[in-house]
Amino acid sequence: MDYVIEMLNIRKEFPGIVANDNINLQVKKGEIHALLGENGAGKSTLMNVLFGLYQPERGEIRVRGEKVNITDPNVANALGIGMVHQHFMLVDTFTVTENIVLGSEPKKAGTVNLKHAEDQVRELSERYGLNVDPKAKIRDISVGMQQRVEILKTLYRGAEILIFDEPTAVLTPQEIKELIDIMQSLVKEGKSIILITHKLKEIMEVCDRCTVIRKGQGIGTVDVSETNPTELASLMVGRDVSFSTEKTKAEPKETYLSIKDLRVKDVRGVEMVKGLNLEVRAGEIVGIAGVDGNGQSELIEAITGLRRSESGTIRLHDKEITNLTPRKVTQSGVSHIPQDRHKFGLVLDFPIGENMVLQSYHQKPYSKKGVMNFKNIYQKAKNLIAEYDVRTPDAYTPARALSGGNQQKAIIGREVDRSPDLIIAAQPTRGLDVGAIEFIHKKLIEERDKGRAVLLLSFELDEIMNLSDRIAVMFDGQIIADVQPEETNEQKLGLLMAGNSTQKAGEQ
Amino acid sequence: MFSNRLFNILVPIISVLLGLISGAIIMLIFGYNPIAGFAALWNGAFGDAYFFGETIRQVTPYILSGLAVAFALRSGLLNIGVEGQVFMGWLASVWIGISFELPMILHLPLAILAAAIAGAFWGFIPGLLKAKLGVHEVIVTIMMNYIALYLSNSIVRNLLSDGADRTENVAATASLQSNWLAEMTFYSRIHYGFIVALLMALVMWFIINRTTTGFELRSVGFNQHASKYAGMNVSKNIILAMVISGAFAGLAGAMEGLGTFGFMSIKSGFTNIGFDGIAVALLGANTAFGVILAAFLFGILKIGALNMPTAAGVPTELVEIIIALIIFFVASSYMIRWVILRFKKEGK
Amino acid sequence: MLKSRFLMVLVFLLTFGVFLAACGSSGGEEETSGSSSDDSGSEESSGEENSDFSVAMVTDVGGVDDKSFNQSAWEGLQAFGEENGMSKGEGIDYAQSESDADYATNLNRLVRQDYNLIYGIGYLLQPAIAEVSEQYPDTNFALVDSVQEGDNVASIVFKEHQGSFLAGVAAANKTNTDKVGFIGGVDGSLINKFEAGFVAGVKSVNPEIEVEVEYAESFNDSQKGQAIASNMYSKDIDVIYHASGGTGNGVFAQAKDIKNSNPDEEVWVIGVDRDQHEEGQIGDSNVTLTSMVKRVDIAVQEVANQAMNGEFPGGEVLEFGLADDAISIARTNEEAMTEEIVSAVEEWKEKIVNGEVEVPSTREDLQTFLDSM
Repeated sequence: MDYVIEMLNIRKEFPGIVANDNINLQVKKGEIHALLGENGAGKSTLMNVLFGLYQPERGEIRVRGEKVNITDPNVANALGIGMVHQHFMLVDTFTVTENIVLGSEPKKAGTVNLKHAEDQVRELSERYGLNVDPKAKIRDISVGMQQRVEILKTLYRGAEILIFDEPTAVLTPQEIKELIDIMQSLVKEGKSIILITHKLKEIMEVCDRCTVIRKGQGIGTVDVSETNPTELASLMVGRDVSFSTEKTKAEPKETYLSIKDLRVKDVRGVEMVKGLNLEVRAGEIVGIAGVDGNGQSELIEAITGLRRSESGTIRLHDKEITNLTPRKVTQSGVSHIPQDRHKFGLVLDFPIGENMVLQSYHQKPYSKKGVMNFKNIYQKAKNLIAEYDVRTPDAYTPARALSGGNQQKAIIGREVDRSPDLIIAAQPTRGLDVGAIEFIHKKLIEERDKGRAVLLLSFELDEIMNLSDRIAVMFDGQIIADVQPEETNEQKLGLLMAGNSTQKAGEQ
Repeated sequence: MFSNRLFNILVPIISVLLGLISGAIIMLIFGYNPIAGFAALWNGAFGDAYFFGETIRQVTPYILSGLAVAFALRSGLLNIGVEGQVFMGWLASVWIGISFELPMILHLPLAILAAAIAGAFWGFIPGLLKAKLGVHEVIVTIMMNYIALYLSNSIVRNLLSDGADRTENVAATASLQSNWLAEMTFYSRIHYGFIVALLMALVMWFIINRTTTGFELRSVGFNQHASKYAGMNVSKNIILAMVISGAFAGLAGAMEGLGTFGFMSIKSGFTNIGFDGIAVALLGANTAFGVILAAFLFGILKIGALNMPTAAGVPTELVEIIIALIIFFVASSYMIRWVILRFKKEGK
Repeated sequence: MLKSRFLMVLVFLLTFGVFLAACGSSGGEEETSGSSSDDSGSEESSGEENSDFSVAMVTDVGGVDDKSFNQSAWEGLQAFGEENGMSKGEGIDYAQSESDADYATNLNRLVRQDYNLIYGIGYLLQPAIAEVSEQYPDTNFALVDSVQEGDNVASIVFKEHQGSFLAGVAAANKTNTDKVGFIGGVDGSLINKFEAGFVAGVKSVNPEIEVEVEYAESFNDSQKGQAIASNMYSKDIDVIYHASGGTGNGVFAQAKDIKNSNPDEEVWVIGVDRDQHEEGQIGDSNVTLTSMVKRVDIAVQEVANQAMNGEFPGGEVLEFGLADDAISIARTNEEAMTEEIVSAVEEWKEKIVNGEVEVPSTREDLQTFLDSM
């Protein structure tokens, strides 16, 4: 069997830790090969070794059977290895073509010859069905399109082996679908693809084989056709994982949150929430499904007091909380797991322990007459860290140093511990691995069972379907449908999210 | 992992050493004896009790201006206006010092308090503009510096004196000067203000590290979004940070007005106490304790350097270059630290 | 843990510093105890032992190369040194000040280095001289441009208003536009003296001539000087008299700029303190009409000589004026200073020296002077 890439017994150390230990990765020509592992398992390190960003301590790399020494990314490029980074490296104000040729500009008599490059880009784009306009400016095109520009960049430089680093993390469901088509057409043309991911569904859908890494160790390679998500998950995590979270039927009680005719404008002054009505009752999880940018963020910011609402009312029980300050909203019994945990959820440079009292530092027993009581704060933090399984060296470690999953667990611990009436969870599992997702889902259901109202916002349809007791579909600033998860499927939801009426979706 | 704390301590020490070494190389190139040069610097700062007293005298306002800059920086604000706030504090303390007849127990605290309030007011204006209108504090404070300079010149000339270049001396009841200390140090101008400066460092440490106010200020400094999310009033904290920072700066002015000089004269330019305060704060890693150490370094350099031309024959220009090099390395250490931290962040 | 160790190091350093300080001062005392007791005991006799005599000066913030009175004072000391076989570091020296706070430190340091006579150059040093002279009654001080009482202080002042009057006469004779300008350093009694004399001189020649007066509020901000000069020249003012130390460098720069772009343009600067002919040179022409020369060097040299000979004029106020030739009007620019102007200047000088004209030295006196015309 001939492999295009062979990485044998790779070992890479960083001061104090072994990031990769004895890992083998063999990629066949023309296959889509998944590299699966939890966050921090060593996937990125391994790929950076292949791309020439790191030098391994031990092991060898073979490309098309020949032993090579990849000293820097230029060598990797010359060998036909291209990387599609998770964070795009594009110049906003340049055109697609300009970005693609950047660094290897075709020169004619000292001036850059863009005409020729443009034709090449158009030709490549058509061949692989990328549908990219070579003359468009980067700032004018969508995130999905920008990713395609990154793909084109590697193809333009003659890549035969493409590494995709968590490519679906930033995409909408529709865009993911299109990306999968693109990957399949690339493989058809004889390219090989390494897909770094921790999303099992994607692996099952597009990959031929899958190599699993756990805690820096190579666990093995399996044929996707001979495995199932449960097996992959337990290989990745090292124990059995349940997917569809066990939950009993909800028993909704009195209405906790009721929103009437709410109108909210965004930063630019554009109305994003346009007369929205919504109710959430005690003991139920209401999932808001919708394509990003339909007013979901503005809705949540309005409820939590972070953004002024123009008109309408928001009530918690019988108390109106419209346009109260965030602190007053919090004190009325609302907890908020924010969408962007780095921007809103945590002060990353504070110790994790102090982040645990971010809202309650001014109350007893954490402070008295304006003087902080760090002993009580850290005592509380230690309890929460233990209870919510936050993996951190100690409570004094800066929040920045924790992995995403542990940061999120800390936030959830903090928010849930306040015993709120309403929990707003916005994308609570974004970017997390299976183990953390499982934990968080379980916690949210636990809280529901304690009789709390949970408002869930997510762009992952799986999560909405799994967790919600009721799904509210949001489109263009309004709730356009209210459906039961057991009475719908992803396809129907997708149509609703695109703005079709319930009736029309039903007909499909 | 390489200890963060060790890193924080090592970086400034290394940069000071680098500065000294490159200063030595420059002296060698121009044919001066670096050992004699640095010996002159050392003697100029510690050579006898007089110079030691003068060094302490110079360190005193540096501690306070350093605290002012550091306090604002901890809250995410760059207070370039410390210089102007020093002027207002100086003016206010002297004004009170010359216009009242009160027992010392009232007069001195009143004069010091007036300085703090005047500085605080001068910090309040840019704080308010930043919080309510989003005007960048750097631009406002730079302009406020000029207003302070010319306003205080005008007040000294027209209100506090009869067209003269300086005010009369402050009353003995409002003076920080101490015969006892002066005599002990061969009539250096060391004064009780040093105690005020150390006390204020303690105050800053307490506010920042031990109070809910400090918790909020630091939180706002690191992440305004998260602070707002957590229910803190971001605008209030921005204004408060500038007010407290300005109060520290105003006290630095009082040190000059009630201590070093005992009067205020018309200034043809800035005192640089405020601007050097920026370097002091950065070198001191924005902590109260670090600021004290950094203020000492700056005070030693400033006072010691005066001795280099006469004692070691090193021309003043060269001394300026050497001092600038040390500050350069100190400042670039901050840049290096910043770059390293950025890399750490991106790596995550 | 680490922090506390660091603290220990600091404490150690400081203790070490104080320890050294103690050593240094005791050592220093040993070294100098003989001479310092000598100084106090034989202050008068020290004059006779010329070889021991040393003299130093402290500049104001302008620095020793301000092309103005600090530099002039140092030239005086150098001349004195040359006569007596001294050089910088050997018998004569200067200390430059970076800020107001440095004056006292510098004076003190020089006292401790056992200089017999220490000059404070510029009125800005008056408070510092007052303080230090009181603390060290055994050392002699001389203050230039201001007055300080005390048996060990000689005050050297100049009748700048007289010289400025003559500068005004020259300016009035030179102007074609009947508009002249005055740029002062910092608004205060000293520079007001220049202003009053200059305005009086101009108006004495022709009361119709307009005089625009501006202050830069700085003695070392040449950019500001340039900005004011630019403004004045653009308003048809063709002669500017500056009394602003280093700020005046900007005035020269602006005049030269104008001259450079249009060699036929008639713009003039009147320099101050030293003969600023060099500053005005551009190609073959020169924008320096003349300079109100204040011979700080002569005064400094004179007082140094007196002190060396044991005749230090302690407690006296030495006034140097036109009659002593310590104030004069430069004639280096022969092309610009025509016969006519020179004779007019001479004529008025006569009147001042023989008391026929009493030159005003404050704004109030100027008003009376103008009213009486």
